[in-house]
Amino acid sequence: MTNSPRARSQPTLGTTPSQTVGPFFALPEGLPWPDGPELVTEDTPHAFVLRGQLVDGAGDPVPDGLIEIWQADERGRFAHPDDPRGTTTSFRGFGRCATDQQGRFWFRTVRPGGLPTPRGEWEAPHIDVTVLARGMLNRLVTRIYFPDETRANAADPVLEAVEERRRKTLLAEHDDTGFRFDIRLQGDDETVFFVL
Amino acid sequence: MATDTNGKHTDDLVLPTYARDDTSHPALHTPEYRSTALRNPQRPLHLLPQNLTEVTGPLLGHERVGEHDHDLTVQHEGEPLGERIVVSGRVLDSDGRPVPDTLVEVWQANAAGRYRHSGDRHPAPLDPNFSGVGRCMTDEQGRYRFVTIKPGAYPWRNHDNAWRPAHIHFSLFGRAFTQRLITQMYFPGDPLFFQDPIFQSVRDPKARERMICRFDLDSTIPEWALAYHFDIVLRGSRATPFENEDDDDDD
Repeated sequence: MTNSPRARSQPTLGTTPSQTVGPFFALPEGLPWPDGPELVTEDTPHAFVLRGQLVDGAGDPVPDGLIEIWQADERGRFAHPDDPRGTTTSFRGFGRCATDQQGRFWFRTVRPGGLPTPRGEWEAPHIDVTVLARGMLNRLVTRIYFPDETRANAADPVLEAVEERRRKTLLAEHDDTGFRFDIRLQGDDETVFFVL
Repeated sequence: MATDTNGKHTDDLVLPTYARDDTSHPALHTPEYRSTALRNPQRPLHLLPQNLTEVTGPLLGHERVGEHDHDLTVQHEGEPLGERIVVSGRVLDSDGRPVPDTLVEVWQANAAGRYRHSGDRHPAPLDPNFSGVGRCMTDEQGRYRFVTIKPGAYPWRNHDNAWRPAHIHFSLFGRAFTQRLITQMYFPGDPLFFQDPIFQSVRDPKARERMICRFDLDSTIPEWALAYHFDIVLRGSRATPFENEDDDDDD
């Protein structure tokens, strides 16, 4: 059988390679949108600030990075047609923040709801993260989990697949205004990064 | 058996699957590009399953695109110096399907090879009439189009007498977190390719060619601008192989 759906579904075009975002993406009016870090307004119920620092292998801050996040709303919904559960949301879900001279970034957001998987599992509340910077030829991807979701985190299939001593690199910490999540590109406490 | 917060069974959750394309991309650790040394993870990457967060993504854009954002030559009082060019093409997925209504962001140096960025110390002139930033949305066929000036090459300090080939940076969202892509578009026949570790970080020559636009006579504007064509291919999803049976019309 030559015309099977599987044969048809094989990729036919080579994808365009990734290249570094370089040092100059933060031109005036460039990638760091003025409202980039604010997924919700300050007066939104349950809103918190998530802060962090991007650090390189020498322990130095990365002052020319760009952090992007993508997450569900508080009920676990996405404003997206490929979410087959049918409910929609007005939540933007996307944030973007350039790091400052100390490698720091921040977002104002809400805690996402948990999510079902096609395999019948349940994912704990999490935020997907893209890390971009000069010196990185492809993006890095990681996930932020919440430290007080003990039961949900224990059942999360992604966390479960990470060796226990490194799981803490995926957990945000409480701080004064919300949560803190540092991203370490190398070192003993290197953040867990993913391919997908 | 999983249930959602309303107690509804979710066993029938069917999601698209995006094809892996690791062989297209450069290694994070590419020693010739010195800045990778302290910025590439040393431990193996974990495989992230493609669940709801990964197969969805921000479908934003229209509200972010201003009237002149696609034309980098009309954003100031006067015209920028340099060779006017039209850069157009399509955003496709690896199944050959167009990616419609997706935000395309670009940024670039001016004709002298200088970015309007405080960190750029190349002693070449800034152009008061050129910001070097553009954005547009693809149409229903995945087409995009920018008008700009050809960027200049510029030196950097990666190695002795290192020069970046002329390039335009592109940022693409596609429709899913899995499809996010940052790349650079290069110009055909650039004599600087051989010594550029960023371009050469893509080891497969065929994949490297996919970062080079082609001269596009049909899109030139006679007596006014030259033109280049650049298609961008994102990872395809194989969830609906029976969809879109009709052939793509113009490749």
